[in-house]
Formats: sequence, C-alpha cells, structure tokens
Amino acid sequence: MTRPALIAMVLAVAAAAVLPFLLGSYDLNLIARFMALGILALGLVLLWGETGILSLGQGVYFGLGGYALAMHLKLSGLGPGEIPDFMVWSGVKTLPWWWQPFENPAVALIGVVAIPGLVAGLFAWMVFHRRVGGTYFALITQALALAFATLLISQQATTGGFNGLTEFPTLFGIDLNTLGAIRGLYWITLAALVGAALLLALLRASRFGTLLRAVRDGENRMRFLGYDPTPYKVAAFTVAAMLAGLSGALFTLHAGVVSPALVGVVPSIEMVIWVAIGGRHSLVGAIVAALLVNLARDRISSALPELWLYALGALFIVVVTLMPRGLAGIGQDLMARLMRKGAAQ
Amino acid sequence: MLGFSKGVSRRMVVLLAGAALVSCSKDAGPVKVGVLQSLTGTMAISEVTVKNAELMAIDEINAAGGVLGRKIEAVVEDGASDPVTFSQKAAKLIESNKVVTVFGGWTSASRKAMLPVFQRTNNLLWYPVQFEGNECSPNIMYSGAQPNQQILPAFDWAVAQGYKSYFLVGSDYVFPRTANLILKTHIADRKLATAGEEYVPLGGADFSTVISKIQAAKPDIIFSTLNGDSNVAFFKQLAAAGISTTTLPVMSFSIGEQEAQAMGPQLVQGSYAAWNYFQSLDTPENKAFVAAYKKKYGAEAVVTDPMVHGYINVYQWKAAVEKAASFDPTAVRKAAVALADAPSPMGPIKFATNQSLVQTAYVGQLDAGGQFKIVSKSPTPIAPEPYDRLAFPGKTCAPA
Amino acid sequence: MDGVVLALGQGFNGLSVASLYLLAALGLALSFGLMRVINMAHGELLMLGGYIAYLVMKAVPGTAGLLLALPAAFAGSALLGAAIEATLIRRLAARPLDTLLATWGLSLILQQAARNIFGPIGVEVRAPAWMNTAVAVGPLSFATTRILILALSVVLLAGLALLLTRTRIGLLVRAVNQDRMMAAAVGVDVRRVDMVMFALGSGVAGLAGVALGLLGPVTPTVGQSYIVPAFLVVVMGGLGSITGSTVAAIILGVFTAMVQIFVDVSVAQVLMLLLVIAFIQVRPQGVLAPRTRALDA
Repeated sequence: MTRPALIAMVLAVAAAAVLPFLLGSYDLNLIARFMALGILALGLVLLWGETGILSLGQGVYFGLGGYALAMHLKLSGLGPGEIPDFMVWSGVKTLPWWWQPFENPAVALIGVVAIPGLVAGLFAWMVFHRRVGGTYFALITQALALAFATLLISQQATTGGFNGLTEFPTLFGIDLNTLGAIRGLYWITLAALVGAALLLALLRASRFGTLLRAVRDGENRMRFLGYDPTPYKVAAFTVAAMLAGLSGALFTLHAGVVSPALVGVVPSIEMVIWVAIGGRHSLVGAIVAALLVNLARDRISSALPELWLYALGALFIVVVTLMPRGLAGIGQDLMARLMRKGAAQ
Repeated sequence: MLGFSKGVSRRMVVLLAGAALVSCSKDAGPVKVGVLQSLTGTMAISEVTVKNAELMAIDEINAAGGVLGRKIEAVVEDGASDPVTFSQKAAKLIESNKVVTVFGGWTSASRKAMLPVFQRTNNLLWYPVQFEGNECSPNIMYSGAQPNQQILPAFDWAVAQGYKSYFLVGSDYVFPRTANLILKTHIADRKLATAGEEYVPLGGADFSTVISKIQAAKPDIIFSTLNGDSNVAFFKQLAAAGISTTTLPVMSFSIGEQEAQAMGPQLVQGSYAAWNYFQSLDTPENKAFVAAYKKKYGAEAVVTDPMVHGYINVYQWKAAVEKAASFDPTAVRKAAVALADAPSPMGPIKFATNQSLVQTAYVGQLDAGGQFKIVSKSPTPIAPEPYDRLAFPGKTCAPA
Repeated sequence: MDGVVLALGQGFNGLSVASLYLLAALGLALSFGLMRVINMAHGELLMLGGYIAYLVMKAVPGTAGLLLALPAAFAGSALLGAAIEATLIRRLAARPLDTLLATWGLSLILQQAARNIFGPIGVEVRAPAWMNTAVAVGPLSFATTRILILALSVVLLAGLALLLTRTRIGLLVRAVNQDRMMAAAVGVDVRRVDMVMFALGSGVAGLAGVALGLLGPVTPTVGQSYIVPAFLVVVMGGLGSITGSTVAAIILGVFTAMVQIFVDVSVAQVLMLLLVIAFIQVRPQGVLAPRTRALDA
C-alpha cells in the first residue's frame, strides 16, 4: 500500500470515529448497521475475489450469528423458569435443550462466530471434497439459504417463526436504548470492521492468501503441484461465514430484530452485489459499497419505492458486464492516470 | 363529509375550544404524522390501499380545518414488506421527521419489529389489521380484530350451522399457527373434531398433498388462514380435484373484497369469510364512506376491512388529540380509551382500556360479483380479548 | 389399507410435482450442458409463459384458447430467451459466475416490470371447465389437469429426444456439447447453435409457465417458487443431461410427496436439499454424466 493511501485510510477511520459527536441517534444507528454489513462484505472479498468461490447463501451465516446473539438477549430478559413469550403462544412449556446454552453470555458470544464457522466448514467440506464447485456450488448455497429461511419460519414454536426475535432491551445488563449505548455500539462495530479488514489484509498477504489465489486461477494446476485445494477452499468459506456471523450479531444489536427476512435467497444475493460494486478484490471497496448501496436503498426507496428494484437489477447487470473491477477498479484507474500525469510533468 | 366524524369532532371542538386555541397560538404550523405501509414487495397490494384510506382521512380532516387548529402533514414511508425496514423507517419517522404518531403496519412481523422503536421513543402506533392477539403494548393502538372478534365468531357460526369436523389449512407463519391453536382448543372444548391441520410456506402454490389429505379426512368445513396468492392456487386445485365450495364449504380469514376481485370471483364464489367490515354493509355511514373512496380512487376501487380500520384510526387519533388537547402520545392514548362510542362505516366502535377496538363481527358469503352477502352478525359489538381465555388461561394485559 | 391408498395417491402427486420440476428445469439443463451457464432469469421466462397464457385465454376462452396459448407461450418465451442470449449471456460466456449475477439482475427487472404491467396480485388462467374434474380409480382420484401436465412433459421429452438424435441441429448440438472448440474448428457455427438451443430451452420454460398457470395464480414471482427446485434438478441430474434431469426430477418430486405424508411442506423442502447434498456425496457427477477424461467437467 502506498503512503498516501495509508494516510487517507487512517484519516477515514479517524473521521468515522468522531461521527457519533456529529450525527443524531437515528443516522448513527443507520451507519452502524451498514458498517456491520461491511464486515460480511469483507468475508465475501476473501471468498469470491481471492478464492473465486461464489456463495449465494451468506444470509445463512449472517442469520446464525444474529440468532445466536438474539437468543441470549431474549433469555437474559426473563425471570427464572420463564420462557420467551412466543414459545408460550405456541404451546411450548419448557425451554428447548438447544436454547439452554445461550443463557450463558460467553456461549452466545463464542457462538456468534463458532456456529456459523462450524456449519459452514462442514457444509463446504461435504461439497468441495467431492470436487463439486463453481456454478453447482453457487446453486447449492442458494438452495441452502431458501431451506434455512423456510426452516426458521416453519419452526415457529422455537424460533419465533416469520416474526423472528425482537424486543431485547438490554445487553449484558446495559440498557441498549440510551444514546451512550448507541454510541458505544457504533464504536464497537467500527473497531470490529477495522479489525476484520486488517485481519483479511494480513491473510491476503500471507502464503495462505497466495494459495487461495492459486485455487482461483488454476485449481487443477495446484493439484498437479501436490496441493489439495479442498482445505483451502473450506478454510476460506469458513472464515467468510464467521465474519458473516459477526456481522449478523452486530446488525441484530443495531436493528433490534433478527428475522428470516434477513437470511433468505434475496438478501443473500444482494450481499454479493455490494462486493461486485465495490470491486471483488478490494477490501476498502467492499466496505464503501456496502455503505453506499444501503444508504442509496434507504434514500431511493423513501423517495421512489418502485424505482429501487429496477435500479438494483440494472446495477447487477451493469457492474458485472461493464465494470467487473467495481468502484475500486475505477479508483485505481484514476489514480494511475493521475500518477502518469504527475510523472510526465 | 362523513356523519360520524362530524359528530365526534364537533362535540370535542366545543368542549376543548379553549385548549385548542392555546396550542394554536403557540404553534400554527402543520403537525406531522407518519404513514408507514409497504408500498413495494409482496404486501404492497394490500397495504397501498390502507395507505390510501389513511391519507383520505387525513385529507378530509384537513379540509374540515385540521386538528387543534393545525393542518396534518402526512410523511409517507415504504416498509417494503420487510420487518427490518419497518423498524428502520419507524425510527426515521419518529427521530428524524419528528412525527407525533404513526399509522401503519400490516404483518405481525412488521408490528413486532416496530414495537421496540415505539417503546423506546414512547411514540404511538395505530395498527389497522386483524392479528393473533397475545400482545398489548401501551405504545400501540390495535384496531384490527383480536381472535375473539373474528375467528371465534366464525367458529360459533359454523357450530350453529351444525358442522362437526374441521380441517385447518394455513400459510406457515405466526397468525395461522396461533389462530389454529386457539381454534383447536375451542373445537376440543365443544367436543367436535379437528380433522387435520396443514401449513404451506408463504406464497406456496402446490397443494397436491394437502388436498389428498383433505380428501382422506372428509371434513365438514375448511377453515383457511392462507395468505395472498396461495388462496388462488388452493381454490384452483380444489376445483381441479372435483371439490366445489358447495360440497365442502371454506371459511377464509384473509380473503377480502380486494382479494376476491383479483382472484376472479367465480373461483371463490360461495365460500365464506369473517371480518369486522364488509363493503356491502347497508348503513348510511358506510355508503358515504364507500362513495367518498370511489370518488377519490376510481369507481372500480373496492373497500376492505383493514382499509376501514386504517381510516377510523386517523379519526380516533384526531378525536383523542382533541380530547387531550395535546399531541403528546401518552396523553393521546389515555384520551383514546376514554372516548365515547363513535359511529363508523363498520358500525359503532370504541377503544377499550386494553387499547384494542370494541367492534362487531360479521360472516359473509361471496357472490358472483366479488361482494359478500352478510349471513351472520354478532348481536352487539364484541369487547376485545387479546389473550384467549381457553388457550391461554390467566393471561391478561398489564394495566397500561 | 388407508396407508396404501395415501402412498399411492402421493406417488401420483410426486410424479405430478416432478413433471413441473422437469418442465421448469429442462431449459436450464439444455443451456447448461451446452454453454456451462445458468440463467437466473429462467424463472421469469416461466412467468412470461404464464402471463401469455392468461392474455390468450382471456381473449379466446376454453379449449381452443389453451391450444392457442401453448404455442404462443413457447414463442414468446423463446423470443425473450434469444434476446437474453444475444445481449447478456454471450458477452459473459467465459464467466459463468458473473452470468449468474447479471441474469439475477435481469430477473429483478423483469419481475418489477410484470408488477407494473399486470399488478402484484396473481392473475388467473382459467382452465376449460372439463379440466376441473378428477378421474377416479378405485379409492383414488387423479385431477385431470395434473394428468394432462404429466402427458405434456412426456410428449416434450420425446420431442426433445427426437430432435437431439434424429435431426441435423441435434447432431450439431451433440457435437458442441462434446467438444466446443473441435466443433467450431470443423465449421459448426457454435454461436448459432447456442442461440437456437437457448431459445428452445426458453420456449420450454414458457410451456412450463402455462402448466403452472393451470394449477395456481400467475404472479410476478411465480417463477421464483419453482426455480430453486429446478436448479437442484440440474445439479443432481448431471451436466446438462436430459435423461439425468428427468431421473432427478422424479426422485425429488416423489421424495417430497412421500415425506409430506409425515412432515409439512416446509420441512419437506429442507429434506429435499439434504437429499441433494447427500446424493452428491455418492455421485458428485450427477445421475448421469457424459464420459470424459477432462478434469473440469
């Protein structure tokens, strides 16, 4: 990374860190939500941009992270022996066994990344070790997103069904509704985002990153050189899923609700478009695009609701066919042109 | 202008003229309210018309001089059929636009997602749709039917007709599952039979197995809580299997005039529905309302139960604001439950102390024109019970 | 006894569902075998077929309308398919994953366009009255509509088999399927073959749309409700194999119908996916795959 780029990034993070003093709670909450989504987008850069694996089902892992935390929040508001109200209305009498560990905050926090990681690891291994990949893999991940959302909805008695989980007033005893809490959560999200970006930058620069690119550019050549690509593909998918889980948990905190509407086929594929717009090889691009697309959705859908779907559809087509390197590509081209000009003078 | 609104507002204005003048002098600009329905996505078809009805009420009130001397400015937002968007837009309306109240919501998921926002900001939501009950937040006015105002009156009617065996089919989400849990409890209580209970995913269109199970169970009547387009597939495949609504009656809880018109009345003709309002109600208030709506939105427009609930919500808010002489949500909700009985297109109504609406229940049968012939009406308006007595004994609303 | 009757009835229901999955999947399988790309807007080609059937049968009701609707839906969807191939898919030919995304964008636009033109509520394709009957065989009854849809898919399969094995275009398709570069080298106009087959597959989707319209409403999202099972049929069937897709559709259709005896539709959908994942553990190449020595099939 060049020195000016580094300085620009440090400045951007610093600017983001002082935003809570400039914005009202609504705008701050909105930006924090979108930054949480940026964490998921980072995972997709590793998975799609670096490794060449397209997942149309990241909503599953986003949801697993969100639900893991939401289950704890739901339980922490209850007195001893009580069960969440939606269970009562479904005729459930005792807390299901798989809810019980989530009474423990540590289990829930670890679960936020561990559960998506385990599920993703197992799933990816089952598919990749049989050398099923590419388009097939994308289609299977999409089917998984549909199945996960359908399952959540149909098991209403223990998952909250279509309504999802909502009404969590406190986190570890802290009232979530105060301005202080909103600011605190914003900083935590910012820190998580920056941390995730740094982690992925390190991963990319490592030998592991080189091998991921080898998987992308010549999986068979890699096999001939004596490497088994499966563990690398599984690892990339697992890391992306863990980031998605973290993203889901933070989003749930900011939104105050997690629901099957966030995890199905349509939201899952929209997650990919953020990365496509940002530039699938660019970490910064992914973050910027996740913020921009969601802000645009918020603004456009307020003003012209019907237009949003056309705009989104057109974005998919235009970005993929005409600017496969995304915003980052445009930025790099601009920089290169400026540099050339500077050098010529 | 409508008779009932005049009656309420004139009385209030006289009573509270002094207070109104005071607040008038303080701030004469328009007062902002939020209208939050899905304008896009799967729910748009139903919710856009509710938005229209809510805006019509606001226009009427403005034309008649506004509230407490101030015009009402509606800020319309799109919930996009997505619960998270609903909660985000509710926060925007309250925190950025500074609205004093919000009219909107349709699915229970949207209401549940918005509820924490209204509690946190201590604002007030006016919710227009029938739902499964089991909730009473001081920050929500529930004008749609509770189970004891729609489902149970329909069940009582079916029992009176001599039906003994009930098949329950629904879309797979919260309202159908809770409604059927309540129904099953009451069916068992009357020593009748539940012949089967089946769910298909929202929007699902394959009923082959469900219809085979119905054919095997041979029920007397089907109680359907199917939603939206699944209804078309269900009735079509029933017909294709040689089952007509005359040989096996169907009672639906989600088919209104609008859905019947869109589905093609021939398909559903002869089937039953239970609501608190039908467009065919023969009262002067309703005739005036339907005429006003058609004048504004076209002669082809039909009126449904949730639309009327959205409409009366605005008038109830206005009456409560005038009674409280304040736009403060807490004062408004306290005044709302202290209002007198008001006439409305759906008959006399009033908010009970649990902030749900006292209203009449009707059962209608669809005719060839897509309108309902009313076959049964509760003798008096029914008081709302958010928690079913048999299914959830001992649960009540905590005093607000 | 009741159990046997129910199982037999479900066997028929399973075949009926399988015929719908197959009709929805055939076009996908054809173009996937040939071009290695999946058109995510395939569901909207179904939708178009459904709306064309609705329009035709509104103008000409009854049996004549239905007979007219089938070729009209085929032609309409085939034309749209050809346009998609020429403008979008051809540009992205070497990037199958990008094709998924671009065609998904197209599907969003087509859905919203349908919403603006026909409204968001489903429209009803009115079947001729004689189709609203059931054929009783002992204690079982089979809906006439479903029998006809089954027959339609059998006829289509036979037609496709004849086309691929007995005609010149079939010969060219098989040549491109086996080795695209070699076929091009000996003078086959592969682009034209691509276009013709893509249009043909799209036309089949149009026919599937008519079939769906006979069983349920035609909505802007009608294609979406069948597209994921159709993808699974393609994944399970093996690379673009028509026979493989047929077997896969029957396995998935009958499997979901049978498990629905015990669980509800939602859980049956989840079990169907688990079945596919379990299946690729045993046969990752699908039910039927062409023999090849290539590493990347």
